[in-house]
Amino acid sequence: MSHPHWIAVLSALLMAPLAVAQSNPDAAGSSSPSETLKPLSAFADIADDTQRARALFAEIGKVIQHPRCVNCHPRTERPLQGEDGALHQPWVVRGTGGMGAAGMVCITCHNTENFRNVPGHPRWHLAPAEMAWEGKSLTEICDQIKDRERNGGKTLAELGAHMANDALVAYGWRPPAHLEPAPGDQQRFGQLFHAWLEAGAYCP
Amino acid sequence: MAQCGACTVHVNGLPRRACVTPIEAVANGEVTTIEGVAGPEADAIRHAWQAIDVPQCGYCQAGQIMSAISLLQAKPTPSDSDIDLAMNGNLCRCATYVRIRRAIQSAAKEIKS
Repeated sequence: MSHPHWIAVLSALLMAPLAVAQSNPDAAGSSSPSETLKPLSAFADIADDTQRARALFAEIGKVIQHPRCVNCHPRTERPLQGEDGALHQPWVVRGTGGMGAAGMVCITCHNTENFRNVPGHPRWHLAPAEMAWEGKSLTEICDQIKDRERNGGKTLAELGAHMANDALVAYGWRPPAHLEPAPGDQQRFGQLFHAWLEAGAYCP
Repeated sequence: MAQCGACTVHVNGLPRRACVTPIEAVANGEVTTIEGVAGPEADAIRHAWQAIDVPQCGYCQAGQIMSAISLLQAKPTPSDSDIDLAMNGNLCRCATYVRIRRAIQSAAKEIKS
């Protein structure tokens, strides 16, 4: 049985006064391309496709291997957090569909957007185990993301669209204030990724 | 924030930590607190909590009960491991964890019977 809506609102207000009073918008929401991720033009002088692709993927790797990305691509059932990739506290697990354990799902704490120090997104969840990046070399990750058995069945074109446009990927550049955003921005990341595909998708 | 689980409520039937849930995120959702929670899982958990005398100081118990009910709604016959995974975000400084686990198992049996 549920309370009428006004009682629910009152209860929530009483139980979470700080939550209401100290809502904090994304500090990194206005991040723009920075010196942290090279532009496409930096690779224009590399004539050889293989060498250019490898150089591009090394740059892409700055994003892929950043804690904002790796923390939700863990090698175990447990997500990571922070800049040092510490095990998530409290103890949570991937669970069904990456959504957490029964009774302790991701959205128990994570909202549809960041709130104070808690990251958020409407599709907040962990990557499947076969997409783990934690502890892997860039070469291993490169081979993995091209493998449709380990990339969610995506073609390379679909992978490019995912990297450039996916809203959960975009979270990497819009973390809560206390967390460092991924290098550059998603637009530049997407451009580099497409250039890598066009150069032959060679791995470093 | 979201450090102890004592403020757990249900929003649209799923557990949520009120301390990290701005009211705008609830919008027109259905919020159920410890005072309003009902149903077979809630009844069984209440019975078990009383029979096993789970609480000590009681501070965390509202959140413990709300999480336990969510677990049984999602997984009617949880293993000890399932219980640990569902409940480890709910801290109890009196360390009533063993009784909490027993009470959830007891409630699951009551519902099944």
